[in-house]
Amino acid sequence: MVEIFQILLSESFWAASLRIATPLIFGVLGALICEKSGVLNLGIEGIFVAGAMSGWMAVWLGAGLWGGVLVAALAGGFFGLIHAILTVPLGLSQHVSGLGVTLFATSVSYFSYRTALPNVSSPPRIEPFRPLEIPILSDLPFIGAVLSQQTALTWLALFMVGLVWYVMNRTGLGVAIKAVGDNPNSVDAQGLSVYGLRIGAIVAGSALMALGGAFLTMSAFDAFFFGMVNGRGWICIALVIFASWKPGKALLGALLFGAFDALQVRMQTEVGAKVPSQVFLAAPYILSILALVIAARRAEYPRALLTPWFKGQR
Amino acid sequence: MIRIEPRNANSAIFSYGVPILSAFIALILASIPLWFAGAPVLISYVEMAKGVFGSKFAFSEMLTRATPLMFTGLAAALAFRAKLWNIGAEGQLYLGAMATAAIGTGLIEAPAFILIPLIITFGCAAGSVGMVVPALLKTRYGADEVVTTLLLNFIIIIFLQYMLEGPLKDPMGLGWPQSSPILDQGMLPPLMERMRVHSGLVIAIVCALIAQFMLARSVWGFKLRAVGENVFAARHAGIKVNRTIIGAALISGALAGMAGVSEVAGLKGYLTSDLSPGFGYAGIIVAMLAGLSPIGVVISALFIASVFVGADSMSRAMGVSSYLADLVVSTSLLCVLIGGFFGRFKLVRTSLKGQN
Repeated sequence: MVEIFQILLSESFWAASLRIATPLIFGVLGALICEKSGVLNLGIEGIFVAGAMSGWMAVWLGAGLWGGVLVAALAGGFFGLIHAILTVPLGLSQHVSGLGVTLFATSVSYFSYRTALPNVSSPPRIEPFRPLEIPILSDLPFIGAVLSQQTALTWLALFMVGLVWYVMNRTGLGVAIKAVGDNPNSVDAQGLSVYGLRIGAIVAGSALMALGGAFLTMSAFDAFFFGMVNGRGWICIALVIFASWKPGKALLGALLFGAFDALQVRMQTEVGAKVPSQVFLAAPYILSILALVIAARRAEYPRALLTPWFKGQR
Repeated sequence: MIRIEPRNANSAIFSYGVPILSAFIALILASIPLWFAGAPVLISYVEMAKGVFGSKFAFSEMLTRATPLMFTGLAAALAFRAKLWNIGAEGQLYLGAMATAAIGTGLIEAPAFILIPLIITFGCAAGSVGMVVPALLKTRYGADEVVTTLLLNFIIIIFLQYMLEGPLKDPMGLGWPQSSPILDQGMLPPLMERMRVHSGLVIAIVCALIAQFMLARSVWGFKLRAVGENVFAARHAGIKVNRTIIGAALISGALAGMAGVSEVAGLKGYLTSDLSPGFGYAGIIVAMLAGLSPIGVVISALFIASVFVGADSMSRAMGVSSYLADLVVSTSLLCVLIGGFFGRFKLVRTSLKGQN
């Protein structure tokens, strides 16, 4: 027990938690926007891969770090648009379309990577984002040390939490997106475009998801590996239910998850001899399922989630 | 203005034509990535065809590859018919494979006519367990089975790594994480001399025929379809919805487990952690391409296996990344989805005057 307290009181533990949480924050926010508009986006896992690959590739080709972020967001938006066309005007199964987008985005990314770099055993590295020192914040005791280890992308993720909260709760656009996910007929009666709102929400949400992938190759690591996303997208889909579609709770859920993951890595070195390492490796996935089971019953799903809407048909 | 209207009758031309056309379009679209990769497009297609039809061996390899896809395709098709989204066939395949390795490597010494049925029973049971858990979480707690089955895939593969480093590890394996070999009398007999294609293929086709009959003609099949088509109407008609869902989960998981049995006890002869190159996920595409029809699964599994085997041999010959196969297969899913839409709906040009 003493060891746990020592871990919980260390700055490096909280810095790691925030770092692990960052891609999840992007992913959960993106999934939240899509689902609030009434469309489940299971393309998330593939969009993470596409963001990770395209962002990294753009930097490697010389676009600069922020150029890479932009490319990743555009790639995410592109795959989101495919999902949007299939599920909104065509009204196809959101489950199958999402999985199709995941398989498509993943294979496009892997194929492009292998075509650009046919015979490399160790992937080329880029110069990733450096930790950002913010003058006054960095001087704070404890918190300053945690925050000064974070890169600009983590700050962007935190800013996005606020932005998404503001748009969803304080603007007409947010009201319209929520309405289209609850009762599209009422939105249509107001003379607003159901298709336009949903497609826009999916494209924007997907662009955010792709930034989660870009964080992996441009901040957490400095290269692209096959299988590096490793289920993070699916974890986000579980977390968004746990967060009951609220940006603040999404941040909290991602941070809790990050803290738990950082803790298990440190526990592994403490008690690694007694417990097989696989117990720790499986922990994040088991935790996600538990979070889902706990939250599912009292979850208030957007009422029109998974229900396609056609113009002129009531 | 363009309006979307449902087609009155489900025409046979559409239900058979759309999947075939989609598969064809996906193959044509593959010329784009081929061109990007700098390969001569036409020669690449010839190489792809040679990789499947070029020799008796090539064709038997395609049948070998199609066998697990038929099982995972059936697993997805039956579950999807009940609107039970089993995305966990990959994990359930490994559960079946682990059960095969646990029983078949010497735990039980018995002649083939006892050992093979035992392996199949336990392999299917292990797969079933892998699907019943998420189905129960769905019926009891309302936890979405898409997310739970997807996450379980990762948990099961981590569990597999543990088993291959521990209880199932081959003591003679020189440190490689693999199981001991399956006893000779536990292996499914091969179908052709000097070829790898094995009797798992026959079992898969028999399963498809039984599934087709049960789905179309039995009370069980009727209930399953009723729950999938309209859960409220089914409940109103007195069908026990949860029990039907659990039943579908049992069968779906067992079929996915059988894919693992057939790969370990039919093809490889031992268990490794890279047994399946995503057969579970590809099974979803097989099922969708088949329009969720069990007999259709057999045909679409042959097509998807041809793409994989053909693209593999083409990529070796032309130096194009073998991820091309995944690209063609996922494109064909997107094409069949779009095609399915035009099979069920038509776009009608409407003049403004005609609108009410």
